[in-house]
Amino acid sequence: MKVLVPVKRVVDYNVKVRVKSDGSGVDIANVKMSMNPFDEIAIEEAVRLKEKGVVTEVIAVSCGVTQCQETLRTAMAIGADRAILIETDAELQPLAVAKLLKALVDKEQPGLVILGKQAIDDDCNQTGQMLAALTGMPQGTFASKVELTADSVAVTREVDGGLETVKLTLPAVITTDLRLNEPRYVTLPNIMKAKKKQMDVIKPADLGVDVAPRIKTLKVEEPPKRSAGIKVADVAALVDKLKNEAKVIG
Amino acid sequence: MTALVIAEHDNAHIKGATLNTVTAALATGADVHVLVAGFNAAAAAAAAAQIAGVAKVLHADAAALENGLAENLAAQVLAIASGYTHILFPATASGKNVAPRVAALLDVAQLSDVTKVISADTFERPIYAGNAIATVQSGDAVKILTVRTTGFDAAAATGGSAAVEVVAAAADSGKSSFAGREVTKNDRPELTAAKVIVSGGRALGSNEKFMEVLTPLADKLGAALGASRAAVDAGYAPNDWQVGQTGKIVAPQLYIACGISGAIQHLAGMKDSKVIVAINKDAEAPIFSVADYGLEADLFVAVPELVKSL
Repeated sequence: MKVLVPVKRVVDYNVKVRVKSDGSGVDIANVKMSMNPFDEIAIEEAVRLKEKGVVTEVIAVSCGVTQCQETLRTAMAIGADRAILIETDAELQPLAVAKLLKALVDKEQPGLVILGKQAIDDDCNQTGQMLAALTGMPQGTFASKVELTADSVAVTREVDGGLETVKLTLPAVITTDLRLNEPRYVTLPNIMKAKKKQMDVIKPADLGVDVAPRIKTLKVEEPPKRSAGIKVADVAALVDKLKNEAKVIG
Repeated sequence: MTALVIAEHDNAHIKGATLNTVTAALATGADVHVLVAGFNAAAAAAAAAQIAGVAKVLHADAAALENGLAENLAAQVLAIASGYTHILFPATASGKNVAPRVAALLDVAQLSDVTKVISADTFERPIYAGNAIATVQSGDAVKILTVRTTGFDAAAATGGSAAVEVVAAAADSGKSSFAGREVTKNDRPELTAAKVIVSGGRALGSNEKFMEVLTPLADKLGAALGASRAAVDAGYAPNDWQVGQTGKIVAPQLYIACGISGAIQHLAGMKDSKVIVAINKDAEAPIFSVADYGLEADLFVAVPELVKSL
């Protein structure tokens, strides 16, 4: 069984982004970019399934600018067998990405698609569900455990209030939550090996997909700043402030 | 214009998040209908009809809808979607699961975690873990939204008198089935709805210490317990207590962060709290930059002392 793993190049999670003063967006020139953390978990899960012998090939795919190749090399260093870059400079929104991935699913016929549950830049949490809808596949979102058999997959999902398990017929779409696994560190030999692995570059037009954005961003602003707080000397002072100044406790 | 709110419920009661979503739907200026899709969910439908501001309740009842499986619930929404200008879901695990599936099937974009309705087609939503607020405009004929519940007041649960209309249930997709649920036992207020939250981080050191130190404080304040990712990953607290970008988004009256350094991802989940208190022995911890009241102290001494003085 083939597994397709979409990965996204995003601003590194440790970077505190700055909003541009003209309100057109956030400043991502010269900031560190990395693979979206949830996507690392997705690759790791696919590679583990391959190591267990239930999966034969892991294909990493990314949509976006030329530099996404680095993200795909990382995916191959973790253990993906080959990579596909759908290259475009256009702004891609989740619906467009889902359509691009749908076209690729039609071509590659994977038994399973594993995505991260959300990208930490747009915080949308949509692409996996949209891909499932477009391909008619069932979905197992926010997965913290995946048990794959020949024709079905049991997915334990992190939901409000606890866990829930659903059983899906294959092919299926899974999106990863943080608790699914601990991604491995890439080693130098594997980085070198990844450079030799196959990477195909195609364009959205090759897949016949219109990627025009549906949502227009009018402006991007800083969130309201919190007024500076104070440090209190001891517990008694804290209780006094909470009771008499903030009036949040009786 | 008519908006459809997809109710979150347990077949007997309507969940609180639905009420905030109704408020957001009313803010678009549309008439508001509510869909209650479930199994033996007449009580939930009756409760939805009581919500102030709701004009009509649509009730679909079938075994396939019992557990809110995305495939079946999306098909149900799609079956009745024509005529609606807005379709809104609460931005809960359930709403996030289903809304994008509906949007893709209607070939429209979806807006996640909307915090403010500016007009019928323009909305605000946070991006980059809440470090930027984007104002976005949808050009689609149908606007599909998930609503961040802390961004909107809850609609009154009583005072409405909507008619309940039974609609045909969509067929089971047959591609997914519900296999079980493991609910975290919790006698406390629900985290996302709590007025006061006591939250602990890695500094607590163990599950025993976490419960031993923070439980008395939460009891005293009638608070919900929360946790940072570090505390959850270390096994000190269950997953669904996690507050942050990838966990729950909360905005209580009072948030007490004990032994939490204050990483960007954690702040994303709690910085809209009215009053933030930080108890941390590291004077340089980033949490102090958002705390209204910071106490630089060992939490194992300060928290019991705080409990005593309340």
